[in-house]
Amino acid sequence: MSSVDMSMPILIVDDYKTMLRIIRNLLKQLGFNNVDEATDGSAALQKLRDKEYSLVISDWNMEPMSGMQLLTEVRADTKLKELPFIMITAESKTENVIAAKQAGVSNYIVKPFNAATLKTKLAAVLGNF
Amino acid sequence: MAVAAVKEKIAAQLIELQKNDGSIDPEHLVSIVEAVIDSIEGDLTAVGLKVYSDIEALARYINAARAEIAELRPDDINSDYLPAATDELTAIVGSTEQATHTIFEAVESIEALTEKMDPEVAEQISAAVTSIYEACGFQDITGQRITKVVTALQHVETKVDALLNAFGDDVRRDGAPKPAGKKTTTPSGAPARPDEDLLNGPQLPENAISQDDIDALFG
Repeated sequence: MSSVDMSMPILIVDDYKTMLRIIRNLLKQLGFNNVDEATDGSAALQKLRDKEYSLVISDWNMEPMSGMQLLTEVRADTKLKELPFIMITAESKTENVIAAKQAGVSNYIVKPFNAATLKTKLAAVLGNF
Repeated sequence: MAVAAVKEKIAAQLIELQKNDGSIDPEHLVSIVEAVIDSIEGDLTAVGLKVYSDIEALARYINAARAEIAELRPDDINSDYLPAATDELTAIVGSTEQATHTIFEAVESIEALTEKMDPEVAEQISAAVTSIYEACGFQDITGQRITKVVTALQHVETKVDALLNAFGDDVRRDGAPKPAGKKTTTPSGAPARPDEDLLNGPQLPENAISQDDIDALFG
């Protein structure tokens, strides 16, 4: 039996509405229906401080606050620092992955990605479901 | 004219030359060189004549180059071609986004119908729908790539503008100097960010690392 609460609140962050819709739909197919959206790091940070989330799935390259800056803010916040944080980004250079890992990202998915990869990374971060 | 007065005049001309914001009028340059030569007491040496001749040739070369650049109408690049290319590329991003959302509307409708279908058929339809969702990621990737091209075009625009300023107003069609610097709100025009050196965008396949490589970094 799954130990993962499928009704957990998840915040997805991307400046492309298309990608927000893709991730939302794929999460829905996997059984996660409690999904909120933000279009940059600063809007996401505000949501994270207003409501308790169980997972953040964020793009990197956004204006005005990037996903990397959001990750740094989250890890520096005593209330948010343990929050699982998955980066989904087109930034596919080794230096990016290493920088994100050093900043405390929970897992890293490179775009374009598929549903199977998303499911695998979610399971790695949240546990099997 | 006394030597001191000539020196003073030349010094003033050189100061004026420095104020010209990078653009040099070859005729002005020649007049300064002539003043320097006139100030030399006695006969010109062979070396002095050679220097004078070379500088005169250089001035003629600069004049000819400026005339050729003016013929090319470089201000057309900044006033017409680059803004048009930028607008077209931005329109591509907009239209692909719109089309992608239309696809989403249709696919989401199909997905909603799977609840009413035979489970085996519903499963096949769901798998196909998932593939469509995954494929729609193209809009995000192409959008980012096009944004990189737009930024590159704006960089070219800035460089052409600097070239126009360096060569003076006579290479501009309208004769009016344009202000240097960007006029956009794209990422390159945004304030510097702490991770700016890491914002590389989508990589070409030969430069990108795979998901397997990334997973290996996470151990």
